[in-house]
Amino acid sequence: MNAVGVNEKNKTTLKRTKNRLNIKKNMAFLLMVLPGVLWLFLFKYLPMLGIVIAFKDFRYSRGGFIKSLFKSEWIGFDNFKFLFSSNDAYIIVRNTLGYNAIFIIIGTVFSVAFAIMLNEMTRKKLSKFYQTSMFFPYFLSWVIVSYFVYTFLSLDKGIINNILLALGLEKVSWYAEPKHWPGILIFVNNWKNLGYSTVFYLAAICGIDKAYYESAMIDGATKWEQIKYITIPHLKPLIITLTILAIGRIFNADFGLFYNVPKESGPLFPVTNVIDTYVYRGLMKSGDIGMSTATGLFQSFVGFVLIMATNAVVKRVDKDNAIF
Amino acid sequence: MTKKNKDFHSISKGADIAITIFFALFSLICIIPFITVIMSSITDEMVLRTNGYSLFPEKISFSAYIYIFKSGKQILQSFGVTVFVTVVGTVISVTMTAFYAYALSRPNFKWKNFFNYLAFFTMLFGGGLVPTYLVVTKVIGIRDTIWALILPIALNAFYIIVMRTFFKTSVPESIIEAAEIDGAGEFKTFLSIVLPISLPSIATIALFTTLGYWNEWFSALLYIDSSEYMPLQYLLMKIESQLEFLLKNASQMGASSGDASKNMPSETIRMAIVVISTLPIACAYPFFQKYFIAGLTVGAVKG
Repeated sequence: MNAVGVNEKNKTTLKRTKNRLNIKKNMAFLLMVLPGVLWLFLFKYLPMLGIVIAFKDFRYSRGGFIKSLFKSEWIGFDNFKFLFSSNDAYIIVRNTLGYNAIFIIIGTVFSVAFAIMLNEMTRKKLSKFYQTSMFFPYFLSWVIVSYFVYTFLSLDKGIINNILLALGLEKVSWYAEPKHWPGILIFVNNWKNLGYSTVFYLAAICGIDKAYYESAMIDGATKWEQIKYITIPHLKPLIITLTILAIGRIFNADFGLFYNVPKESGPLFPVTNVIDTYVYRGLMKSGDIGMSTATGLFQSFVGFVLIMATNAVVKRVDKDNAIF
Repeated sequence: MTKKNKDFHSISKGADIAITIFFALFSLICIIPFITVIMSSITDEMVLRTNGYSLFPEKISFSAYIYIFKSGKQILQSFGVTVFVTVVGTVISVTMTAFYAYALSRPNFKWKNFFNYLAFFTMLFGGGLVPTYLVVTKVIGIRDTIWALILPIALNAFYIIVMRTFFKTSVPESIIEAAEIDGAGEFKTFLSIVLPISLPSIATIALFTTLGYWNEWFSALLYIDSSEYMPLQYLLMKIESQLEFLLKNASQMGASSGDASKNMPSETIRMAIVVISTLPIACAYPFFQKYFIAGLTVGAVKG
């Protein structure tokens, strides 16, 4: 009995000394990750605890934020019920999913096609120049892009309306007519991002072993066959990886695109309001903290499920292409 | 050999010309908006008001730029904020990322998997905008300070993973072991041996970070009220609706704000600010492009 006790005691001291040794041995590494861990805790994990607000009727009370958080009443899923009973939920989910799905499809098809075409160009210097120009919009912020768009679409000073007038046509009040905006947003998004993804795929094409093409030529393969049987199969892993990542984020709209480019024009909301802008407006304009948090949580949760599910499917179909 | 290679690869002449023309047009579409803005910024204010934006201004005038340098106090202040945030933010961010990533890249760090997941998980799930906003403003309490522009975007789990891959692939384990045998501590090994070797890869991440800070407006939209801490990008968002911003500072010059609004080349000034906030990127980026592409390719390596 006594011996067992001593043994236990020895074990715990041993464990403790071992832990201490481990900490000492890894001290330098722990110091290195410390700033990052502090940041992750403050700016990522603390907000994750904040999702309890979604299940509360959050009200400010005296004594600061933490106290009001504890004092606010639990209301279960009422915030979510309220969100889904409104017409807004349908519109923002439809817009977010719809635009993102179109962006993924058009973006992938065009950038792969562009990359293949650029790679086939015989004038390599010119091809480099094209890449540089195409890549440029990616480096600009949405604020800047919104000004670019404005110079074209402004009602009385815009280039497009001036052209329409010169052709004897009617001016279009672009920022007031929702029917044009799905097209405009899809165009602008691709205008900004296509160059980036094209260069990305081009880098991958350049990495393909030239020997494949040489032996295909010897076997008499045409250019189309080379693209179909060599280039595209080699790009497949990259396409899959990028698509998984994109599907995992399909519930997250690019806030800048939907907030800055339409210039917050009210009449356009039915086609420009997405989950992210809805949450922002809920927080800053109407101050409905509980429901905004609920919307954000719904977004994070669905995004999480989607990325896990896509990855799981890919893992089952093609193990090497799963990302984690 | 090169001749032979070329033969293997070349497409028909017609297709080559078609592709060349197609991309010439597409490249033009990518650049023309920026040129339009530059031209608009040097158009005479009255001409711009009557003719609208144009690639070929009827009358050129630099009054917008002269105005900015003479009395655009807010614009210069905002330019200063942007430069400060970009420099300090990049230094803080890259330092934090490099240390974190290096520790994860070392096989003898006992808890590397735990800390790896701690960072990676934030890429999969987050608390969302509202809790983050509440934590930053109510718990950390940096609302309306310069830190609100720097800290909330100071770390990015994706960059940590990319940089960890850089360290793992570009720094030979034997060099690190040799340094350790010589008695160098982990910090010394990192700073004097690993850092110089991996400088090009760190430069890539630093470039992405610099660009991110330069273009940042979202933090300002959420957290900044005083004009003192307003970065350029956010100033551009504000002056769309409120030209008073510029007027307030103009009236300090002694002119009444009524006069100022009449004489102020407001339309061209907006365009000039767009040019000022874009030009540094436009000038620097062709030189850094290859680093960006290098970064993209490594980023494709899975974590």
